[in-house]
Amino acid sequence: MKGMGIKMSFRALQEIIDISEKTGKKFWEVIMENDMNERAVSREDSFQKMYMLYEAMRNANDNYDKKLMSCSGLVGGDGEKVRIALEKGNLIGGPFVGETISKALKMGENNACMKRIVAAPTGGACGVLPAVLLTYEEQMNVDKDKMVEAMFVASGIGVVISVRAFLSGAAGGCQAEIGSASAMAAGALAYLQGADNEGIAHACAISFKNLMGLVCDPVAGLVEVPCVKRNAGGAVIAIAAADMAVAGVRSQIPPDEVIDAMREVGEQIPRTLRETGEGGIAATVTGDEIAKRVLKHTPIL
Amino acid sequence: MNVFEVMGPVMVGPSSSHTAGAVKIGYIARQLLRDDVANAEILLHGSFLATGVGHGTDRALVAGLLSMKPDDERIPDSFSYARDAGMEYSFGGVELRHAHPNSALLKLQGKNGNKLELVGSSIGGGAINIDKIDGLDANFAAIYPTLIIHNVDEPGHVADIATFLEKYSVNIATLKLSRDNRGGRAVMVIECDQEVPLELIEKLRQKKGILKVSYLSMED
Repeated sequence: MKGMGIKMSFRALQEIIDISEKTGKKFWEVIMENDMNERAVSREDSFQKMYMLYEAMRNANDNYDKKLMSCSGLVGGDGEKVRIALEKGNLIGGPFVGETISKALKMGENNACMKRIVAAPTGGACGVLPAVLLTYEEQMNVDKDKMVEAMFVASGIGVVISVRAFLSGAAGGCQAEIGSASAMAAGALAYLQGADNEGIAHACAISFKNLMGLVCDPVAGLVEVPCVKRNAGGAVIAIAAADMAVAGVRSQIPPDEVIDAMREVGEQIPRTLRETGEGGIAATVTGDEIAKRVLKHTPIL
Repeated sequence: MNVFEVMGPVMVGPSSSHTAGAVKIGYIARQLLRDDVANAEILLHGSFLATGVGHGTDRALVAGLLSMKPDDERIPDSFSYARDAGMEYSFGGVELRHAHPNSALLKLQGKNGNKLELVGSSIGGGAINIDKIDGLDANFAAIYPTLIIHNVDEPGHVADIATFLEKYSVNIATLKLSRDNRGGRAVMVIECDQEVPLELIEKLRQKKGILKVSYLSMED
């Protein structure tokens, strides 16, 4: 058996940072080389595969159909509303935040309408990363390679979260989905804005602390309400966290410990608030009525 | 998980765990059955049962059993494709012990008579784990070429199979063993770095004491 030379998944953000400092390689490069090692592929293959995912995000964004509604009729058209409001100059957050919110909603709506998206890390949270990254590329005039590097940064953070905690709402609540996507996006944005390794990790930590405890309470069990709008919230928190980290603000709790806390919180979230559609927003009077109406039409059990 | 389990897959929504993961469980089950599905009893556990319908888990599992992949835009209409393909299916609920909240038990019968009982769970982000095959622990992620060998629990099988693999230059990435009871039925799950040649699989099937050999290829 081989095994010895193979680097297993990263168990800590600090581990990525340590390798980066020891080898002089950048954060994203350490993660890419881990993939090259793990799948026995070349540098070009690994980079190209990530590039394809980024392009798939762009395609999904471009293919948004403002007229499309989900089967339940609960979701659709909101990303377009925000875009129009931005165009009219009615939004408080300015062009970057406004465009991010619009794109996050659009992608969430694509997903709810069973269109093709990129899980990042999940389908429910698929709007966060493309919203901040595509907006960044459009508005900051950066090289496409740099965007792919940022995707690797985000992925590496996601790998650590998957090892130390979880990435599914059923296991850990929405903090594990939108929370993780936001932490990944925060790290990616911090990198794009020139943060060092520590800055990247702390952007991730600050973002997580803002979404810790977020429950998974989808109305009728559908990835629609409140999931789509939480993509916008997660994206904006990522911007705030990255801005803090870039300014030199540091999390008083080390980033890996914050991820551990997310796990502990997730384990304490009751089953009714972990994607069962039996608590929180799902269990409101209106949520309950919607569930009865929607599920009446699709009985299998 | 590794980098591209976290980022991706490109998939049809709405849920990586309830839709994409479910397609993948169905797809892997179809591959391990080595037969077109004639009849599928699909039993949902936990969150798959509670919210599966709304996430299209039912359509996703059927799509996978029809060899569709998670980015296939026909997934929403898989029930009508199943009718066209002559595949019967039924749904029910089940309480599986020690199972992940997103799990399904599939009882499959193939058109050529092959049978398979599989428990799979969708562990987040579209990644899955195959927990059991024909009632025995399997526990693999379906991301490597994987050999699943059921044999009589007696000395020599592990050494024999390792030698076989070496002869064909197949490197073992991981190897797991378990059994139902001493001298009873044992299972070896071998994840490999290379594809296992069909010739070798046929040889294994003919070996004394080997009850069943399933193989999951990573090639399309």
